[in-house]
Amino acid sequence: MLIFTIRRLLLAIPTLLFISFIIFLVVTLAPSDPTANLPLTIPPEVKQKIRESLGLGQPLPVRYFKWLWQFVYIEPAHYLNQAFGFSIDTGQRILSWQTRSPVMDIISQRMPQTLWVVGTSYVVAILIAVPIGVISAYKQYSWFDQIGTFISMIGFSVPTFFTGVLLIVIFSVHLGWFPSIYDTTHSVTDWDSFVVQVKQMIMPTFVLALANAAQLSRFMRASMLDNLSQDYVRTARAKGLQEKTVLLVHVLRNSMIPVITVIALGIPNIFGSAIITEQVFKVNGIGQLLIIAIQGGDVPTVQTITFIFAILIVLFNLLADILYGVFDPRIRYD
Amino acid sequence: MPETAIAAPEALLRVEDLKIHFPIYDGLFRRKVGDVKAVDGVSFEIKRGETLGLVGESGCGKSTTGRAVLRLYDPTAGAVNFEDRDIASLPANEMRAMRPRMQMIFQDPQASLNPRMTVGAIIAEPLMEHTKMSAGERKDKVAELLDQVGLSRDFINRFPHEFSGGQRQRIGIARALALDPDLIVCDEPIAALDVSIQAQVVNLLEDLQHRLGLTYLFISHDLSMVRHIADRVAVMYLGKIMELAPMGKLFASPRHPYTQALLSAVPVADPKIEANRKRVILTGDVPSPANPPEGCVFCTRCPLAKKTNDKRCFTIPPEWREIEQDQFVACHLAE
Repeated sequence: MLIFTIRRLLLAIPTLLFISFIIFLVVTLAPSDPTANLPLTIPPEVKQKIRESLGLGQPLPVRYFKWLWQFVYIEPAHYLNQAFGFSIDTGQRILSWQTRSPVMDIISQRMPQTLWVVGTSYVVAILIAVPIGVISAYKQYSWFDQIGTFISMIGFSVPTFFTGVLLIVIFSVHLGWFPSIYDTTHSVTDWDSFVVQVKQMIMPTFVLALANAAQLSRFMRASMLDNLSQDYVRTARAKGLQEKTVLLVHVLRNSMIPVITVIALGIPNIFGSAIITEQVFKVNGIGQLLIIAIQGGDVPTVQTITFIFAILIVLFNLLADILYGVFDPRIRYD
Repeated sequence: MPETAIAAPEALLRVEDLKIHFPIYDGLFRRKVGDVKAVDGVSFEIKRGETLGLVGESGCGKSTTGRAVLRLYDPTAGAVNFEDRDIASLPANEMRAMRPRMQMIFQDPQASLNPRMTVGAIIAEPLMEHTKMSAGERKDKVAELLDQVGLSRDFINRFPHEFSGGQRQRIGIARALALDPDLIVCDEPIAALDVSIQAQVVNLLEDLQHRLGLTYLFISHDLSMVRHIADRVAVMYLGKIMELAPMGKLFASPRHPYTQALLSAVPVADPKIEANRKRVILTGDVPSPANPPEGCVFCTRCPLAKKTNDKRCFTIPPEWREIEQDQFVACHLAE
């Protein structure tokens, strides 16, 4: 297993290099201009000078390798210097064109918001989806199953920007129960502020959880149905086990194998899928940062965030494969 | 169909007029439109220590009967008396308490073992559920069971997929034996195995029967294997028993035309005899159990019914009659 993991990590390096290059090309060749948002009163020569000062005058390969060097050497070295007091010689860190501050710093400022909202929603989604999937499969075609299927279809097909706005209209505008804007400056210090935090998290969390749970519960149901009809379930019943044991120990454990993979693969996706929800609820997370950076033509920021997504996807793919081997004794990576 | 015979006192299992119908739902609103009559009025009994062979072609309801005997299906009608206790109508909890007495060996040794459990866990699980053994005692018992079925004790921590088909079936047998059952339903235990392994497993089953005094319901479509292991044989066709007789009588003088056809399909090892042997070739397909023929279920393919063109065959279900001592047959024409 260890050798498999190391081999896969080594293989991930060329993959990621290739991805980074594609991202670089797509972002750089897009006809966006970082100076487009500047006031029209600034003369074109000055704008040209600004562009050159951002490094846009250099040839494409130079720009790519500069960014790559910054990402794989300067940023980690800087982190090591800060964390352990090393004094590795570093150069210029990746700077956002919009704010002129290091992109990594902005990301680490924004990460907690995204992790709180998105992470919680994913946990909630799993907690909802697994029981629904189990019961739907166990009582296939029952009322519970039909309703579960219907809600899943809604979760699947209705986009988050619609459910989000709908919830805001109902619960913020009409009922006034929850705030429509997520206050990122709010800090939890005592019980009351904790309640406020929970209140402002409920709607974005629910919107994301609905979308994720819809998909997961379908996987769970299908996987349970697959296993419920297997012979070993009949064996378990013939052993005279309680129905609860048959279902939760035998069937559920086997059914979780593919579902865990899906869950692991879905984790990097939630960062991407949260972009719209963060925008709707004004959560100052990674997704919102990405949107602003795209609008502002902020190439280093867009490139860095997108590449981090790519790394997450590659890593969680690997994690899914490893988990498969851990949970399914029939799979061996030797 | 009337009851098979007068219940002998030593009968361990007495099945009376067992019916298992699976509903068919169809149409826009999934209304019930009919039944698949998988088992339709089956009666037999098994004496303690005896092996009853249950044979018939695919889809005739043998496995369904076997599963219903253990209440893995709920019977639509009829009784399954295990030591004079009707388990067909027991509440789920009392049924569960009865399970240690009756076990099953399944057809597919790969699919019937939980892939995520080790051999030790698979065999020990029923002990955990039904006995108060300590972990150490359980481990000893599992090791003893592995010995009994001829597997090494070192296999205890391995997973089912690491074994060959024959070994897996041995694990299945050890699992079935774990609670010292009286009755074991063997649901085609050798059908999924290599021919070279089949004899081993059948001999193991025989050996265990002698040592532990087990009673078997041995379901198979392999007539030569049934001949080897069974004391009495019941022949099923389309959810009904056609003929029930002691093994010797059935193979020496089959009375039902279906039994005759089945037996004539078994090849003879001598090529001279084989070349001149007259075979009864059945024509046509087995009718759908959702829509069985009127009269005798076998009438659509019965050579005798075709030859004599007897009206009774096509209109009246045949009586279950004792044609000779201990030999029962459901046929109007059999003599």
